[in-house]
Amino acid sequence: MDFITQLLNGLGLGSIYALIALGYSMVYGIVQLINFAHGDIIMVGGYALYVMLVIAGMPLWLAVLAPIVVCGLAGVLIERLAYQRLLTHNAERISLLITALGVSIFLQNLFMLLFKSDAKTMPPMFGSGVFELGGLSVTYSTLINIVVSVVMMIGLQMLVNRTKIGKAMQATSEDAGAAKLMGINTNKIIIITFAVGSILAAVGAVLYCNTYPQIKPTMGNLLGLKAFVAAVLGGIGSIPGAMLGGYLLGVLEQLTKAYITTEVTDAVVFAILIVVLLVRPAGLMGKNRKEKV
Amino acid sequence: MGKLKKKTGAYYLVNTVLTAILFTVLFLLISGRTLNNYWSGVVVLICINVILAVSLNLVTGILGQLVLGHAGFMLVGAYAAANFTRAVVTNGTMSLYVALPIAMVIGGLVAAVFGVVIGIPALRLRGDYLAIITLGFGEIIRVMANASFLQPVTNGAMGLSVKTFSNRTDPGAMFVFAFVVMALVIVISYTFGRSRHGRSVIAIREDEIAAEAMGVNTTYYKLFAFVLAAFIAGVAGALYAHHIGMIDPSKFDFNRSVEILIMVVLGGMGSISGSVISATVLTILPELLRGFSDYRMLLYSIILICVMLFRPSGLLGRYEISLPKLVDKLLHRKEKAAKTGEA
Amino acid sequence: MALLETKDLGIVFGGLKALDDVYLKIEEKEIIGLIGPNGAGKTTVFNLLTGVYTPTKGAIRFMGKSIIGKKPYQINRIGIARTFQNIRLFKAMTVLDNVKVAMQQHRRYNVVSAMFRLPPYWKEERKMTEEARELLKIFDMEDVAEQQASNLPYGQQRKLEILRALAARPKLLLLDEPAAGMNPTETHELMETIRRIREMFGVAILLIEHDMSLVMGVCERIYVLDYGTLIADGTPEEIRSNEKVIKAYLGG
Repeated sequence: MDFITQLLNGLGLGSIYALIALGYSMVYGIVQLINFAHGDIIMVGGYALYVMLVIAGMPLWLAVLAPIVVCGLAGVLIERLAYQRLLTHNAERISLLITALGVSIFLQNLFMLLFKSDAKTMPPMFGSGVFELGGLSVTYSTLINIVVSVVMMIGLQMLVNRTKIGKAMQATSEDAGAAKLMGINTNKIIIITFAVGSILAAVGAVLYCNTYPQIKPTMGNLLGLKAFVAAVLGGIGSIPGAMLGGYLLGVLEQLTKAYITTEVTDAVVFAILIVVLLVRPAGLMGKNRKEKV
Repeated sequence: MGKLKKKTGAYYLVNTVLTAILFTVLFLLISGRTLNNYWSGVVVLICINVILAVSLNLVTGILGQLVLGHAGFMLVGAYAAANFTRAVVTNGTMSLYVALPIAMVIGGLVAAVFGVVIGIPALRLRGDYLAIITLGFGEIIRVMANASFLQPVTNGAMGLSVKTFSNRTDPGAMFVFAFVVMALVIVISYTFGRSRHGRSVIAIREDEIAAEAMGVNTTYYKLFAFVLAAFIAGVAGALYAHHIGMIDPSKFDFNRSVEILIMVVLGGMGSISGSVISATVLTILPELLRGFSDYRMLLYSIILICVMLFRPSGLLGRYEISLPKLVDKLLHRKEKAAKTGEA
Repeated sequence: MALLETKDLGIVFGGLKALDDVYLKIEEKEIIGLIGPNGAGKTTVFNLLTGVYTPTKGAIRFMGKSIIGKKPYQINRIGIARTFQNIRLFKAMTVLDNVKVAMQQHRRYNVVSAMFRLPPYWKEERKMTEEARELLKIFDMEDVAEQQASNLPYGQQRKLEILRALAARPKLLLLDEPAAGMNPTETHELMETIRRIREMFGVAILLIEHDMSLVMGVCERIYVLDYGTLIADGTPEEIRSNEKVIKAYLGG
């Protein structure tokens, strides 16, 4: 029973990774950029929630909307201000990466100045009770995490497969040049992709704050990195892949913590990344792309 | 060809003389205590940062791959060297003057071993993936250095005290070591870049598939550049440890890697003189702007983004400033001025 | 013994047979054409011969020895050099350095000599510069030696690629559409150049080309590929009148 409890806890944690991983995966699919700043978007979402809930004292239902709006805007703003010029000029990949890194450092230091570098505690929000059945005992928040992530994924799948915008996204990701020729406004699609990815991260941020009620300006580093590992594990560019990778990573991390070691758990996560990249760089559900000679 | 060799010979001479003058002036300023302890320390730090930037430039500039774990190699070199000097200097086997050079080599070699172990898997990947995987390795190294089972070697987050030269009796010692290593590293990375080995590495940067098709063993040369950079970073770590006298893993975190990267990027990826200039400026600047220390990284990040947006090749691009050429120009101008004066 | 011989060569990409049953035989100093409609698998043949891809079946023997499983750089050192359909020069390097990269497998000195500029460095680099300049002279490119490769006009870039491949001193030179993007005069010049290369360097040449006047004018024998299989081989006259070839090209 303990094992199943740990498994569910892992899935709960993995749900958060999955939601963040989706953003990495979608952006990478469209502009082939590891958006280093994506992890920090979660941090931004966390602080947005904190400001509304604790400082402004808004009711929960209203406060929860704040990170979604703020993150969505932040994602679009980052794309406009930092990446767009490079993307339209077809800049070298290394320049894009360094810019993304710059944005990440900027956000962290900005929030350090605004809120100081020490951690802030979030008040309890929802699902704090414990669900018990037989020997099984998990918090409701864990179950909420899983349900919300599944709902979000289904929604995203529908957006991508059933709507015009989704089809345009797929086309842009397949071949941006051709998509442009077919009359797709790729610029707009890129913005939408950043917005959707950031909104998913905002949902992840709310769930994270509810499960682990502490935020600080550097929280996005490790969280973002792990979510990225999840995206690579599942196959970057693939939506179901990002979800699968997120769940797998969450479970693996939880089981490592529970049964092996807590001290070097993060090292284990990176070891997983390294093994995946070496054995199957396209990930579990990704497509293999080879350079044409 | 004969003419070219003669010219190169003259260039060597000018460079050597100018370097010697710089060294002498700084040494006199430091050992004569004209510069106080604090600023002497900054000069040594500049040398160390130049070493780090020039070494990272080997991978990021010449090989063209983004590496985000350079501080990890520095950490490994620092701890290896520190443990060595702690052992041999404490029990009186040798003085620090003899032990430090050996410690630097040890630090470099241990870092190089890590470079091989990390490089072999990592260099199978390119671009973004390589960046992430080196970031991952850098973090693993730091997490491990904090782990309890390595306490005897690292003393964990408490920090490890390192042997240093006495500031009272010999204030110039650390500077001499740092400057000599720096000069050597600059020379080596310059000549490396203009040899068949460096040419192979640059060819890989330009077009890996074509390089391989022209007989370049790409795996070997990529690893070579990577390991050479790791070795030098290890040496720099050893110097750093013996300069500040107290090390702990947080001194070698992701932010440190980023700082080194910023120096390389701002100076111009691929330009050694660019790395030297920006490492110097970016070491002095924060000292001058003490009051703004909270804003330092914020400012850095904005500069970094702006440089990427408006001048992606950095300050100098791949251009190298040549001192002898500058001297040449100045002399010629004087000659011309003298001639027009006569007329 | 033939210089290069392939038997039953084939490769499968994701369940699709890209090449099947390819038999090639090239003697020393021969000039051979490899033609076929777009997507027939011509470049794939080059990629197999140079080790970019590993064949799923068949044999490749070069100077009597199998080269399957060897890496591209090893195959280049054994004596097969190539050019690329979409020019792949080392753009930010000078013309001279582009040539030197291919040359330096024959002019070795160790890394210590390089870093401290010891005598072996000077000796080998001087020889390499001399050889590279001589090579450039043959192709009338001596005056652009110090220019950055990306600054050359298109025709000279194509020429530099051939030259760079020759700098590796190959026994077999593979040219992938050398006349692409050239006007008739330039193509005619190229024909002369190809013949001259064979005489001066004693290499065999296998070339992929769409320009029929070039292929028919310079090649001694021609192989024709269609849908990944060989449909004909023979002298230019034989190929010109071959029913299957005509059909493949007319899309019948």
